[in-house]
Amino acid sequence: MHPVLAATDFEWAPLLLGVLHVALVGAFFGLPAGIFIWAERKVSARIQDRLGPTRTGGRFGWLQSAADGAKLIQKEDLAPKAADQFLFKLAPYVVVVASFSAFMFLPFSDGWVAVDSDVGLFMMLAMLSLEVIGVILAGWSSGSKWALFGAIREAAQMVSYEIPMAICGLVPIVLLGTLNLNEIVHIQAGEWHGGFPPMLNWMIFHPVAGPAFICYFVCATASCKRAPFDLAEAESELVAGFLTEYSGMRWSFFFLAEYATMYAVSGIAAILFFGGWDDGLGIHSWLKNLGWGGALAANLFGAVVLMKKASVLVFLQIWVRWTLPRLRIDQVMTTCLKYLIPISCALFLAAVVYPLILVTAFGRPMILPLEATGERVGQPTANDRIWNNVEAETAALSEGDE
Amino acid sequence: MWDWDESAFSLWESGLFWLFAIVACGGAVSVVISQNVVRMALGLIASLSSVSALFFMMSADFVGATQLMVYVGGTIVLVIFGVMLTSSSKLVKIKASPADGALAAVIGVGFLIVIAFTVGSVEDWKAGAKPETRGYNYVEGGPATGNTLRPLAMSFVGLRPDAPGRSGYLLPFEIVSVHLLVVLVGAAYLARAKRKVPTDSQQKN
Repeated sequence: MHPVLAATDFEWAPLLLGVLHVALVGAFFGLPAGIFIWAERKVSARIQDRLGPTRTGGRFGWLQSAADGAKLIQKEDLAPKAADQFLFKLAPYVVVVASFSAFMFLPFSDGWVAVDSDVGLFMMLAMLSLEVIGVILAGWSSGSKWALFGAIREAAQMVSYEIPMAICGLVPIVLLGTLNLNEIVHIQAGEWHGGFPPMLNWMIFHPVAGPAFICYFVCATASCKRAPFDLAEAESELVAGFLTEYSGMRWSFFFLAEYATMYAVSGIAAILFFGGWDDGLGIHSWLKNLGWGGALAANLFGAVVLMKKASVLVFLQIWVRWTLPRLRIDQVMTTCLKYLIPISCALFLAAVVYPLILVTAFGRPMILPLEATGERVGQPTANDRIWNNVEAETAALSEGDE
Repeated sequence: MWDWDESAFSLWESGLFWLFAIVACGGAVSVVISQNVVRMALGLIASLSSVSALFFMMSADFVGATQLMVYVGGTIVLVIFGVMLTSSSKLVKIKASPADGALAAVIGVGFLIVIAFTVGSVEDWKAGAKPETRGYNYVEGGPATGNTLRPLAMSFVGLRPDAPGRSGYLLPFEIVSVHLLVVLVGAAYLARAKRKVPTDSQQKN
């Protein structure tokens, strides 16, 4: 709980705080998704040598998403006769809620997170993995063979790709020693060190975590059902896959969740591998030490930096979608089971062994002359207590040996 | 996640508790009552996610997250796979015979009695028990804030930050891990592609 609220006696303060957080996270969940839908249209048009939206909202058609939304709200809410009405209507909400819940654990800037949890990354991956339930419900309840095919493909794909995705996410976790997303960024942030920018502390420049990012990003693209892994939709084979029977607002919920999930997995990648809100040139820490209003300015700057990084990764996903052809289902499974899982396991092993080798050889877990890690935050009292006890215990054990 | 303070355990917190408790029980009941396999799976999802929400309310972040990841995410996908790949359309609706129901009722009621007696016999959980006796808050800023991960992880590798000198959980942890590995290897062995035994007609050809 926030210290300011913990100090008040106002009983409903936690509830108010919760509503405020949900509203803020909702804004960060919905608005970028709308912007990315517009970006997808513009980027795909550019790649296909077209113009894309040009009229709605001025020269660049930036109101296109709002116009689409207005159109979709007006459409009739249809459910096929053969469908299981209740599950058919429930499925879009399951997908949206799962995607939205992941954002509760994503820190947008230093401490700007709805739930600052020690298991932040684990929670985000758990929430994102619930999306597949909504897709399976949608496919099964539609009462259509195309939808069922799409749902089964999606289930097979999601179950497979979650494994390498989680293992690749574990690589920086092992190297940094925490699952708290806020702390992960703090450790990656650093100071200038004799001509070396603090950027080199980022995990992407680590010889083991760097390749892990590529592996993670492939799995993340697959987990968002994006081309070349959009087997669940596969509009040239399955009409529209699990979306076949949906229309109007329920259909658009699936897309809102898809773009929000793209943003969420890109946010995770930005935090794990690209230093989160840290700009890598020391501007953030300079702003923080400015004094009056400096901390707020640094936080605002950090939020912009994180969103920039995540947006670049989303752009990468859009780019990949419009330039690569769709894989066959057997190729999708081969890619995961025969290549990505062994690669991710090898990287995980390397992440465990590499620092040990460096410590043995050079006495420090890094080659570059930078500080090994930035500052560690979190609960200093709790950690101090733990480490004191551990020291006491190891001392007791060594005494017993003698 | 929330401060575990007796005075702060207010109206909205107990309201949330009842909400999740009712959904958990309602989901479990709907699994038994419903005859449609996919609706049963949905009831199971509702029940298990509510249990994980209860874990979060008790500041057990890691257990709650694991509940979501393993049970809700993994098991439900497995359930749906099993349903879709093994059953034909006539099995999508399942109807239990009265004898099955009676057997299940006997076991269920017996289990409920055992649980009720066990829970009732714990001193700390009785009404009016002082908060100090309700478990021990072993790390300052630990369980109360939901940051149980580090003490938990170190207990698993054999160090007990809460009680120096006492043995950790390394051996049970390893036994469970090896057990799971054995189960996986066994499953892979059972599911492997069988070598075809040549039949008479094939031998002639």
